[in-house]
Amino acid sequence: MPTARFWRENPSRYNLRACRCGVCGKVIFPPRSICPTCRRRSVGKMEDIKLRGDGEVYSFSVVHDAPSQFDMIKPYVIAIIKMDEGVMLTSQVVDCDPAEVKIGMKVRSTIRKLGEDGAAGVIYYGYKFIPAQ
Amino acid sequence: MRDVAVIGIGDTKFGELWDCSFREIGIQAGLMAVGDAGLSGDEIDALYVGNMSGGRYIEQEHIGCVIADYSGMARNHIAATRVEAAGASGGLAIRQGYMAIASGLHDIVVVGGAEKMTDVPDQMSMAIQASAEDQQWEAIFGATFTSLHAMIARRHMHEYGTTREQIAQVAVKNHKHGALNPKAQFQREISLEAVLRSPPVAEPLGVFDCAPNSDGAAAVVLCAVEKAKKYTDSPIKITASAQASDTLALHHRVDICTFDANKIAATKAFKQAKIKPKDIDVAEMHDNFTISEILAIEDMGFFKKGEGGKATEEGQTVIGGKLAVNTSGGLKARGDPIGATGVAQIVEIVTQLRGEAGRRQVKGAEVGLAHNVGGVGGTVVVHILEAI
Repeated sequence: MPTARFWRENPSRYNLRACRCGVCGKVIFPPRSICPTCRRRSVGKMEDIKLRGDGEVYSFSVVHDAPSQFDMIKPYVIAIIKMDEGVMLTSQVVDCDPAEVKIGMKVRSTIRKLGEDGAAGVIYYGYKFIPAQ
Repeated sequence: MRDVAVIGIGDTKFGELWDCSFREIGIQAGLMAVGDAGLSGDEIDALYVGNMSGGRYIEQEHIGCVIADYSGMARNHIAATRVEAAGASGGLAIRQGYMAIASGLHDIVVVGGAEKMTDVPDQMSMAIQASAEDQQWEAIFGATFTSLHAMIARRHMHEYGTTREQIAQVAVKNHKHGALNPKAQFQREISLEAVLRSPPVAEPLGVFDCAPNSDGAAAVVLCAVEKAKKYTDSPIKITASAQASDTLALHHRVDICTFDANKIAATKAFKQAKIKPKDIDVAEMHDNFTISEILAIEDMGFFKKGEGGKATEEGQTVIGGKLAVNTSGGLKARGDPIGATGVAQIVEIVTQLRGEAGRRQVKGAEVGLAHNVGGVGGTVVVHILEAI
């Protein structure tokens, strides 16, 4: 992946930067310039916020077959996480036995390596989730 | 708006067609369809081609021109357009052709769909298919296309008590149908145990829950109904064409066990055709994964939400059941050359409504439905067809 395409998303990938619609109050992640519900009425009214990083597993899968950049970590747990702010996102759940992951399990975010641009390229970092306990 | 009919169909065998190039399979399907319609070729006003990712599968873009040229239609300089909506590319190409004729702009249009997936390694194909989901906020974190559907399956099991066995029955049923289709990629029946024991791809889904990588092409000739009788005694009318969109990322849905785009597109289609779900005799539905078919039959009103697995297990969707779903074998057994799939669905429905489906014929089929999905429900196209 070209470096700039990843780099420009770093605020959300490193710090869970999100936004809240000033019209309906809904939290949106990653941030958007307009609220998909309020559309034109929300122009200029999107507030910058940061997700706290706490949430729970809404659904998950243990991935055995994946593109080659994930060869080193297979099998791994991918999950849809419902954040305490109400918004959902997709991420890996790590630092636990895949067999322990359950729907409803409390998790919190951490920063991990996501991948790299070939053998000698830039390393990409971003959020993954670990058991909250 | 003018009424539109299908007057010609053609499709290649689906599978690992090592000896055939992309353009060869495209032309093969197109020639069959034009021959079936009895056209010389000069009557054709326009060409639409469904193709998801020529650029990454065969490093060729400009697919409309490729097919127009090699089918000899570039000599007539006809309008040739490629249509892309991931897995719904083919169905959407059909809809473009339909709209072009319904609007009165064209009289006769050829719609093709083609994909050549086996020229790249499987892992690369997986990466290409991930571009149908949200590359920046799903795929990059390791969410494969299969794993997104696996999460739907897991949640469906959690909310509705759907069992792993019920989900697996979709594969058993579609292989049973595929065994009756001489052009299917997989023409062997499989047991429930084989599906359950197949190597995991993304739990709870295994290899036999997933449609394969396939090469293949399909084509249809569309014509204004008022002119159709000139070319065929058995035109099949498109009584509805509907399309709906949804969020790109699965995690932005309120409920991942329902594709709202399935519901909206189906509702619009039933309204346009002035019929109800119970009036459908045969349906081709987008079973890129076993769970996808369960969602589809529920979302579109054939079975109550949460009861799709049970209905499948009871044999209600097999040929001879309440509603015959995926008589061709579906994406699962017939194969899933992505851009060709939505067009191939129309070919199967027309074959059924003409009464030419041989051993897999649904007796007395008069009304058929084709349901084509792009990404994880981000685009849905539904067509309803009737014999006239």
